[in-house]
Amino acid sequence: MRRITLGLVGALALTLAVAGLVNPTSAGDKVRIGTEGAYPPFNLIDESGELKGFDVDIALALCDKMGAECELVAQDWDGIIPALLANKYDAIIASMSITDERKKSVDFTDKYYSNLVRYVAPKGSGLDTSSVGLAGKSIGAQRATVAASYLEDNLADVVSIKLYDTQENANLDLGNGRLDAMLADGLVIYDWLKTDEGAGFDFVGEGLSLDDGIGIAVRKEDTALRDNLNQALAAILADGTYEKINAKYFPFSIY
Amino acid sequence: MNLEVMIDSIPRLLDGALVTIQLVALALAIGIVLAVPFAVMRVSRRWWLSGPVYGYVFFFRGTPLLVQIFLVYYGLSQFEAVRQGLLWPLLREPYWCAIIAFSLNTAAYTTEIIRGGILGVPHGEIEAARALGMSKFLLYRRIVLPGAFRLALPAYGNEIIFMLKGSALASTITLLDLTGVARTIIARTYMPIELFAMAGIIYLILTFFIVQAIRAAEHRLSPQTRPPPS
Repeated sequence: MRRITLGLVGALALTLAVAGLVNPTSAGDKVRIGTEGAYPPFNLIDESGELKGFDVDIALALCDKMGAECELVAQDWDGIIPALLANKYDAIIASMSITDERKKSVDFTDKYYSNLVRYVAPKGSGLDTSSVGLAGKSIGAQRATVAASYLEDNLADVVSIKLYDTQENANLDLGNGRLDAMLADGLVIYDWLKTDEGAGFDFVGEGLSLDDGIGIAVRKEDTALRDNLNQALAAILADGTYEKINAKYFPFSIY
Repeated sequence: MNLEVMIDSIPRLLDGALVTIQLVALALAIGIVLAVPFAVMRVSRRWWLSGPVYGYVFFFRGTPLLVQIFLVYYGLSQFEAVRQGLLWPLLREPYWCAIIAFSLNTAAYTTEIIRGGILGVPHGEIEAARALGMSKFLLYRRIVLPGAFRLALPAYGNEIIFMLKGSALASTITLLDLTGVARTIIARTYMPIELFAMAGIIYLILTFFIVQAIRAAEHRLSPQTRPPPS
């Protein structure tokens, strides 16, 4: 028994030692921007492997205004805040909701668009989105999103929550009938409903406002970067750049 | 390091570990049931017995487990015929998709492991059994397979451990196994080091028990290496 205990203590010590080696490296002058690349139309990786989308266009416009050299980094969504904190990049422009929960770990700029979280279900399902109507249903959401947190906090005992790595995978499972409904960003679903895959689905119920808009996340100590981003954001809103980008993706203002 | 988060996460992580253990145990059980006849077919000199098994093993060893899980979970469900089919109540569930992918994967590796064992059985034992007039079935049951299992055991122990670690991929198809629970907690706490360290420790403990069990089984199956009872 003693040998077992020693072995386990040794293993623990080794695990902790390795964890301690994850050491942040300091950033250069370049601003590195993290995004997901699996959240069309806001951020996606196109056929040629390039990052594209509304978030990416906004990022490039902001860098242009700041006169900064920018590098875009693709990062899986559920590790996107940990990777910012581990200094893998300096800002997250990935359609991230501004929430109090996230503000404990990171700072946000002003919002750069607004958004409601909405239920989506097969057309004609007549789904009632009250907690009574949802009882016993399978509801999907992307892991580490405000939609997932909402389901976990409010409906965990009532519905079966399925969490996906990407929104695209949740869409797939709604499409093939594994889910009764999905809770997701209304604008992303607006775009998906126009595709062949999403044609048989529609919004149900009222939208939920679960955040204070969509912002850019930076590390708490990087106040200078946050202020620069805010200035650049105000500038692209004022000079019509934002409007042009908006019009590329949506026929109405999403600010 | 936030010790409080680590300690608070233990009950939920243990729930996840239970799912992991179920997945691995069931997949290994199905895997070995498939692998024994497959291995016997694989060593056959008849091409129509060995060929299909060769192809199956080639496919499942030659593609990543993640790809196999996605093919079973997201791939099959793309077909209307599958969704209308008899197996849909099973294939609808991520749990059974994981079991199917894991079982087929581990069966492929185990087939090769047992094949190695079968080929390692000394020729003299087989000749002696034939000389006694054993039928082919009896020969396999009494001589070849028991010898093959004994020879295959260390390699099979490796396969069990690989399967345990591979099962972490179940978290990619919405299952809340040990890794899935860790990732879900990280999504709220943003503390990947704390949570993955805890999950890692639980995986280590599980591996420790697997290693002990394999050692005990090796001891049991190898009476010839033990000192004679006095």
